[in-house]
Amino acid sequence: MFLCDDFPIEFARQPGLGAPVWRGRAASGEDLKDFAATVHLQGGRLAALWGSDERQRHGGPSTGAVAGFRLHCVFGVSQGHACVSLDLPGDDPATLVYPDLSAIFPAANRMQRATRDMVGIASDGPDQRPWLRHGAWPADWYPLRHDAVHVFGMGVGFPNLPSDYDFVQVGGEGAHEIPVGPIHAGIIEPGHFRFSVVGERVLRLEQRLGYQHKGVEKRFIGMDIGRGAKLVGRISGDSTCAYAWAYADAVEAACGVEPPRRALLLRALMLERERVANHLGDLGALGNDAAFAFGLTQFLRLKEDWLRLNAEAFGHRFMMDRIVPGGVAGDIGAPALAAIVEQCGVIAGEVKKLRTLYDEHAGLQDRFLTTGIIDTALVRELSLSGMAARASGMILDGRAHRHEYTPPSPWTTLGVRPITDERGDVAARVAVRFGEIAESLRLLCVLAVGLPTGETRVETAPVAGAAGLGVVEGWRGEVLVGVQFDSEGKLARVHPHDPSWQAWPALEHAVMNDIVPDFPLINKSFNLSYSGVDL
Amino acid sequence: MISLLGQIFRTGILTEPHPDTGDGPRREIDRLHDDILNILGRALTIRQVDAGSCNGCELEIHALNNPYYNLEGRGIKFVASPRHADMLLVTGPVTKNMENALRIAYDCTPDPKLVVAVGDCGCGCGEVGAMFGESYASCGAVDNVVGVDLRIAGCPPTPLALMQGILAAIRSRST
Repeated sequence: MFLCDDFPIEFARQPGLGAPVWRGRAASGEDLKDFAATVHLQGGRLAALWGSDERQRHGGPSTGAVAGFRLHCVFGVSQGHACVSLDLPGDDPATLVYPDLSAIFPAANRMQRATRDMVGIASDGPDQRPWLRHGAWPADWYPLRHDAVHVFGMGVGFPNLPSDYDFVQVGGEGAHEIPVGPIHAGIIEPGHFRFSVVGERVLRLEQRLGYQHKGVEKRFIGMDIGRGAKLVGRISGDSTCAYAWAYADAVEAACGVEPPRRALLLRALMLERERVANHLGDLGALGNDAAFAFGLTQFLRLKEDWLRLNAEAFGHRFMMDRIVPGGVAGDIGAPALAAIVEQCGVIAGEVKKLRTLYDEHAGLQDRFLTTGIIDTALVRELSLSGMAARASGMILDGRAHRHEYTPPSPWTTLGVRPITDERGDVAARVAVRFGEIAESLRLLCVLAVGLPTGETRVETAPVAGAAGLGVVEGWRGEVLVGVQFDSEGKLARVHPHDPSWQAWPALEHAVMNDIVPDFPLINKSFNLSYSGVDL
Repeated sequence: MISLLGQIFRTGILTEPHPDTGDGPRREIDRLHDDILNILGRALTIRQVDAGSCNGCELEIHALNNPYYNLEGRGIKFVASPRHADMLLVTGPVTKNMENALRIAYDCTPDPKLVVAVGDCGCGCGEVGAMFGESYASCGAVDNVVGVDLRIAGCPPTPLALMQGILAAIRSRST
């Protein structure tokens, strides 16, 4: 079996065509902690962590085994993902405590704090600073508890109080702080960065996020499958296809539905188009942040061509609401497929030319090379996934075969080559983006040429009390969506997880010992989502 | 350097003609340009504030500066400080955690200022706008927090819709 035979947690493979997920239940907090330690020892990762209220729901009795709260932890292991839940019985805050996992996986820190803010179950760890709650709602009011209704059910009307945050102070002669944000100097999402610097050198960066928190998870409660699909596509607009697919996988696993083959390939087509669009934009912006405006203009031109074909082929520039549970909404005709293949050829040629220009530009390379380094050991320690992890030497891609791991359909037969680079600096993240564009263009041609005929969508009826987890390799990294239905077949709990949760702390490390003016460049080389983690 | 210049030469000028604002002939655009000069001085400067969007609207606002739309080439420029701005371009829904920052940015923008709400969430319209609405974490539409002169709906609005909206906002102030 899985990991080791004599482990006290029983695992069962989740049905469906999605990424391989095993589900199990830990009998005690100690079991969970032991399991986490074993995963860590074997080189695994913490993929996601969230909580849910399993007490009496609005509409009827709880479908869970015990009345109380539940902690959900997803670990990335060699075969895929292991989702372990831990029941926390009762209503008494003193008993609603689980063992701190942040000593094993530092990535757990912010997720645990967010879980406390939202559900009111806490780890026994030392860091209990609020994360998502700034002062807009009281400390003893937990939005995702079913009895948290306040005014009109959504908690309108709390006074929005100013809040203070306990940043870690850096002392010593000449050390001072630079606060940045929440509104940044550009067309970008809000967040606060606190730099501790000496001269130009950054000694420490501490992020405070949560400014984009708009109550997405509470909005999901009570929605039907269709409305949930619409909302999940707006968690991080740049990853709308990845989220929609992960949500569809989760719903399909819960409802025992298998989407048709044509739909799966069309999903892959959209996901790869989303990846290329974002990489094109980022490569331009990375040139611009190193004062190479030519790069921005050239890549934004290509991106605009790309988005216009999206609009033509799929009816939306970002393909929002096109991936839905049961398949895809709408279909694509032969002329659009031919246009996609033709465009791949054009873009491949243009990107190749621009790559040469980037590679041969001394000023640009001077800014990129050795800037913002994170090494493989740190990537493992921080449970990083996706493009940034691959740029630090990790061969980790949910679409590609690796030892003990078989990717889900339709990737199984596509032979995706993960693009890696060992350097871990901005130059590596640029190189991985270039490589991934080339690989995605190849995949797009294969997908468009080999698209089978047939149905694109099957009916998906909710199954009361069922649960599912979807995992999709988005352009930034691993996007996870956990879904739980209530006794009436409505959504009881949806938890979307963005790869930025793990990557934001990596950015704090990457910027250390570089100079302040390099921060925008390093930040852009990761290009993390604020909305995706603030929810 | 030669290859760089070669690429620029081969690419040529891609900027497309002004979009029609929908309320008159093409000459209207020229009049709008005069209006910008008359009302706001030499150019229009915009401070974009993301007050809680999913970043979809930001992707399209970014696209305004690509060579096809070339907003900056038309004398409309994005600036880093609200103190340098004539217009606030705000996306939403305005989160409670951004409410105060948005108010401060608004107060810092010198008069006469224009506020344009962008996207279904920022305008509080459509299915998506209603989906987020008001809650313990969200103030909803931008005009629940600061006064709004013009709304550009869409999820997200296309760059063309954004350009038409920005030009219409200037026009509304000039008449």
